[in-house]
Amino acid sequence: MAQAGVTVQDPRPKASTEAAAPFEQAREPVPLCKLDQILFAELKRKGLKPARPCSDAVFLRRAILDAAGTLPTAAEARSFLADKAPDKRARLVDGLLAREEFVDFWTLRWCDALRVKAEFPINLWPNAVQAYHRWVREAVRADMPYDRMARALLTASGSNFRNGSVNFFRAVQSKDPASIARAVALTFMGCRTDRWPRARLDGMALFFSQIAFKHTLEWKEEVIVWDQAKALVPKAPRSAVLPDGSRVALSAERDPRFAFADWLTKPGNPWFAAAAANRVWFWLMGRGIIHEPDDMRPDNPPSCPALLAQLQRELASGKYGLRSLIRTIMNSAAYQLSSIPRSTGPAAEALFAAYPVRRLEAEALVDAINQVTGTTETYSSPIPEPFTFIPESKRSIALADGSTSSAFLELFGRPARDTGMALERSGKPTAGQSLHLLNSSHIMQKLERGPEMQQLYIEARNTADGIERLYLTLLSRLPTDAERAAAQSYAGPSLTKAELVDLAWALINGPEFLCKH
Amino acid sequence: MDDRRGLSRREALLGGAVALAGMADSGAEARAGGAAAAPGRAKSVIQIWVWGGPSHLDTFDPKPEAGQNYCGPFNAPIATNVAGIRINENLPELAKIADKYSIIRSLTHGNNGHETASYITQTGRTPGPGPVYPGAGAVVSLFKGADAGYKGLLPPYIVLTELQGRFAEAGFLGYKAKPFATGGDPAQQRFMVEGVVAQGISEQRQRARRDLLHRLDTFGAAMAGDARVADLRQCEEQAYDMILGDAGKVFDLSQEKDDVRQAYGRGTFGQSCLMARRLVEKGVPYVTINYPGWDTHKQHFPAMRRKLPEMDRGMAALISDLSQRGLLDSTIVWWGGEFGRTPAVQWEAPWDGGRSHYGQVFGAVLAGGGFKGGQVVGASDARGEEVKERPVHPAVVLRSIYTQMGIDPNAKLPHPQGLDVRVAPTTLEAGGPVGVLREIM
Repeated sequence: MAQAGVTVQDPRPKASTEAAAPFEQAREPVPLCKLDQILFAELKRKGLKPARPCSDAVFLRRAILDAAGTLPTAAEARSFLADKAPDKRARLVDGLLAREEFVDFWTLRWCDALRVKAEFPINLWPNAVQAYHRWVREAVRADMPYDRMARALLTASGSNFRNGSVNFFRAVQSKDPASIARAVALTFMGCRTDRWPRARLDGMALFFSQIAFKHTLEWKEEVIVWDQAKALVPKAPRSAVLPDGSRVALSAERDPRFAFADWLTKPGNPWFAAAAANRVWFWLMGRGIIHEPDDMRPDNPPSCPALLAQLQRELASGKYGLRSLIRTIMNSAAYQLSSIPRSTGPAAEALFAAYPVRRLEAEALVDAINQVTGTTETYSSPIPEPFTFIPESKRSIALADGSTSSAFLELFGRPARDTGMALERSGKPTAGQSLHLLNSSHIMQKLERGPEMQQLYIEARNTADGIERLYLTLLSRLPTDAERAAAQSYAGPSLTKAELVDLAWALINGPEFLCKH
Repeated sequence: MDDRRGLSRREALLGGAVALAGMADSGAEARAGGAAAAPGRAKSVIQIWVWGGPSHLDTFDPKPEAGQNYCGPFNAPIATNVAGIRINENLPELAKIADKYSIIRSLTHGNNGHETASYITQTGRTPGPGPVYPGAGAVVSLFKGADAGYKGLLPPYIVLTELQGRFAEAGFLGYKAKPFATGGDPAQQRFMVEGVVAQGISEQRQRARRDLLHRLDTFGAAMAGDARVADLRQCEEQAYDMILGDAGKVFDLSQEKDDVRQAYGRGTFGQSCLMARRLVEKGVPYVTINYPGWDTHKQHFPAMRRKLPEMDRGMAALISDLSQRGLLDSTIVWWGGEFGRTPAVQWEAPWDGGRSHYGQVFGAVLAGGGFKGGQVVGASDARGEEVKERPVHPAVVLRSIYTQMGIDPNAKLPHPQGLDVRVAPTTLEAGGPVGVLREIM
């Protein structure tokens, strides 16, 4: 046997302007909005050069993947590339924000942060998870203003099977007030409280110390209520200390959670809007202006404070509608930079000098492979009584429960949803992932037997046409001359099904397909 | 709490919390100060994960004297080659080699929920506030894997064949400590390890495809120098070492002589045991055989008549084979599930001779890797319902395994939030230090 996996001569294309051509425009980026003015000025001040603007094909793919966790179809790619209107990018963004996949995908993101998963280790019953997911999804669908959403989650009472939002408290690993306060600080203030002085956490815990969990006659149902009789420490305090050190008066007639929510969502709160704006930026750009996005503290300042401040203003002026903020960011020149950097290094990365390359989320990746091959996944939940039925047509980005069994999602870094921390979701490539994509029966069967692949094969008029269709389907762009030639020489004059499968396989396994860029 | 409610609904079990305080091993070396553990001689662990909860009474802790309502039809346990130790009559091969393993008959954690109990037995911790801890496989692969100089091409933590799942095996250690699940079935003509062996793709086509993949990588060329793209390339190279290189050959069971394959039993479990031996021979530090089918609520005894002979043959062949090859001294074989099963047989419908979950007392077996054989640790009472002597918490088993592996149980784990988390718990929730199984070390 020959030496393992050693290619004698590296056949890869060489880095060149030609190689970059499909991915960027040959011009300098121009500021399009306030965000751009701030960021580009900061880059200039640091002597860093922003990347060129990304190409239309790259923008289409990036925008749909970021906004909707979905791959563009070949038809979408053809029509977007043919569109000559100058406002086509903005119209694309508007269209994306109205899609069902947008709702599914941003629900998935929020459900990571809100720890939406069944059973272990929190013993949350699957129907509570469904109720929780439904509540979050409805909030995203209706574009519930973020301050109202936070307030609703923080002050919710009722059955965890009937009012999904109460599961915010139920899905905390421990029900003691300090643990709840930790989860609240992480979720809504972007803070890890292990870095806080203990007194600050204790002060905050008081607001959550009258939450009670009551069982009902229904199996594993719990009712979350305000229990006035639960003793506070110190006994019957007249006031409580908020995390910023200010005091708020308490009244025996009012659930103290409301006092906390009032403070948190009031304009000028030092954490709330900053954490939200930074989180949305992180979800779109792959990195927070404060990095990590849930580690806000004085000694971890934002890489560009003015940019974060501007995002907060945008959030406030849009009345905390997240769609409006997402639209603003996606329409910015900063978001539309190419991934090919002209300045490198940690400072350039912290200031978003290029759009950061990162692997698709596990759910988006398997959905993308299913879309191009016309196949589905079989999901099930092994928790008995009752089994959770998941139809074959369900897309992975729409799964409610973070503990739905799936070897693929596990392998590709789906978060455990234990803590709600952003770093639970991993985009780190592993050799095991490569094995799966390169050589597993799971992927090979999709390619060989998937109806969309068969359809593409039937419709391809000749090898050149087949190659073009493959590129549009998988990479949302037309092949370059060099790529056409390389693919042609692999397939020969007549394209067989096996050759088509190999070409699709080669594109799926390249970084261009696997990554957002 | 939910688990206890579960009991009242499903089938009443003996209530009450375990007196955890009694488990504190005050005489043992708790090393709370953080002194280094004695260097262990074990290099690998084979964990036979008896998923679902094997009955302690029907395996290594028979109670024929308790009567038919406890022992059911299994009333004639057999003597082993160690005087005074008897085991279930369906385990004749294991009875011949009892000098090579030790039995723990007094494990207890008091939990009767699959998930929680699995978590406790594999992490030594009770789920609660704070981090989700990694299981033993993740810990071993962290301390014996690539970061610790492991040069093998095979992943350091391999599960045959399906992930245990839903217990966050890697816990807060994350993706790096996750196991590689083989998929496939080693009992088939060809063990189709997912990703390593692809049916119907010749080596020539594999090479041609790979060349094509590289030729079409325009984006990779445009992004030359990007760390993420370089990572992907490196992963691809490692993957091809398995697909086209020698590393993947370890999964080819046809390289074994037919009588060897026969000795292990031709079923999935037996061939998994053989596979585990081959992996350990290649230096893989942690192999889990995920052995399902032990959650026998109904028709328990017919199920045991099928399972026990299969288990007996595979496990005995594994221990004997390791021993003959001089590998038993460096390989820990750890047999056990998340709990035992109710000692009192549930004869009534709908169970019709079933056994339910039982975490009050249960068993485990340890062989090799420096553990003494032919010993029994602890005892259950006459009916196998309570610990009679030497209660052993799962954390004690884990501390013992880590110690034998040369992993300091008090070493710090890398925690994403920088919390001070140790490899194994040093104290039990109910107080008292966690010791080790000093009787068999």
